[in-house]
Amino acid sequence: MKILIIAEHKNGQLSEATRELFGLLLGQAEVHAVAAGENLEPLAGPLGQLGAAKVHLIGSPALASYTGESLGQALGQFIPQLAPDVVLAAHTPQGKDLAPRLAAALDAALATDCIQVSLAGGQVTARRPVYAGKATAEVEFTDDSLKVITVRPRTVKAPEPDAARSAEVATFAVELPAQKTALKEIIASDNARPDVSEAAIIVTGGRSLGSAENFSVIENFADSIGAAVGSSRAAVDAGYRPYRDQVGQTGKVVSPQVYIACGVSGAIQHLAGMRTSKHIVAINTDPDAPIFQLADYGIVGDLFEVVPLLAEAVKNRNGS
Amino acid sequence: MNIFVCIKQVPDTTTRIKLRDDRNGIDESDIQWIISPHDELAIEEALRLREQQRDSTITVLSAGPERVTDSLRMALAMGADSAVQVDLPGDGDSTMNASALAAAIRRLGPADIVFTGKEAIDDGAAAVGQALAVFLDMPCVTVVNGIDYGDGVITCRRDVGGGSIEVIETPLPAVVAAQVGLNEPRYATALNIIRAKKKPVDTLTADELGVTEANRKTRLKNFELPPPKQPCRIIEGAPADQARELIRVLAEDIQVI
Repeated sequence: MKILIIAEHKNGQLSEATRELFGLLLGQAEVHAVAAGENLEPLAGPLGQLGAAKVHLIGSPALASYTGESLGQALGQFIPQLAPDVVLAAHTPQGKDLAPRLAAALDAALATDCIQVSLAGGQVTARRPVYAGKATAEVEFTDDSLKVITVRPRTVKAPEPDAARSAEVATFAVELPAQKTALKEIIASDNARPDVSEAAIIVTGGRSLGSAENFSVIENFADSIGAAVGSSRAAVDAGYRPYRDQVGQTGKVVSPQVYIACGVSGAIQHLAGMRTSKHIVAINTDPDAPIFQLADYGIVGDLFEVVPLLAEAVKNRNGS
Repeated sequence: MNIFVCIKQVPDTTTRIKLRDDRNGIDESDIQWIISPHDELAIEEALRLREQQRDSTITVLSAGPERVTDSLRMALAMGADSAVQVDLPGDGDSTMNASALAAAIRRLGPADIVFTGKEAIDDGAAAVGQALAVFLDMPCVTVVNGIDYGDGVITCRRDVGGGSIEVIETPLPAVVAAQVGLNEPRYATALNIIRAKKKPVDTLTADELGVTEANRKTRLKNFELPPPKQPCRIIEGAPADQARELIRVLAEDIQVI
């Protein structure tokens, strides 16, 4: 079986979500990787060390910034030439936008946001969450079309690079038609903390924080452990936090290593966004709050008392 | 303008999910069905565009079995001009649904703009918008939380995560997939909901659209509910001891800090 991993990269570095794809059960598959853009040469070594047998570089100034249209067309030209059985991409903002375009253009089957993917024994199996994590389902591929699969970040760990390995490097030239969409501007985030969709730990506050200023309690603790700051919808609606921090049904769906909910009661819409977190911690004055039903660890107490003590406990622990 | 909106009917968020006996789907008997929340943003955006461009008409489409006509009537109650059920099985995959919706839009169009939600909250595939655009040979902008309308061109703000925004310009016709922040969907008034019950909802069959089971590429099966949760371990003690113990758990048991 031949598989192709679509490499996401920035400033000459592979994204962590791309590195993780090499940690899936790839069995005996012939692993190819493709990267598009400019200054791609530094990516070939790391891709080889992660397990790619062959790295394909599509260098073009037209691909320097991502647009779904341009990368979709470039890969739409490349993939039929390589003729893989499976295309893997990370379920990141870019992968989410791109994969359905590729599947539709290549008459391929599509399985997005998978949380189990195995190619062992030459069989492709994939499982994905449905109903906001209330259940999971196996994706049956109903014909032998090409399969395009996106994998939720943090599903598996990236393998350690093996310095003894290297990949054969090939280049592929594309000619893109005139583009309809134009990327005019990227307005970068002013968020100095990790983003909730990528963080290993998220500390979330709810409306009970009472004001935007009071979120400093959450921020101080989050900063002490390198966590992202999340927010319930109620706290966003109250104007305490920007929408980018919102976790839940209509916010971000996250699955960090640890999710620490402070003063969040656990409305079903919120649970829909964090249910699949590996470990859940709840801090709430109300022992009957629904969040405790989902939590692995709980502290019944006032967050304004407990959370500053957590930041202090981190400091003491690091100091000792 | 000829405005199209594609919506999906999904179980309400608060629905308790029960699996069918064969575990190849969910038991639909007690489900309260709603318009997927991001698709409500798509309807609202169409209504606001029609307020700017007075001679516009809004056609709302939904792929699925007969039950989706209830959601289409809700879209009519919000203010859409006409509604069409694209008659497909409820378990169609994104490829099948997008193929049928694209065929319907070709038949009823030409479209000047197609709105949809960035994803539906049932399977969360986030795929129909992009697939529609490929099938209709239109550009597509996803996760859009702001649009400026120009003359035959729109400028969209895309939420690319972490608070970063991409500004994308595209000519029309185009497919736009709506993200939270684009607008605040209006509520349909009780009177309009009653009125909408009498309005016609047309149906296009899979046959008429040339869509068959062969357009399907995937099917979901072997559903599983999450394993029962271990009861929460409540950390007792004085607040400082509770804090110390939780940090120890994070550092030693989970090894995340």
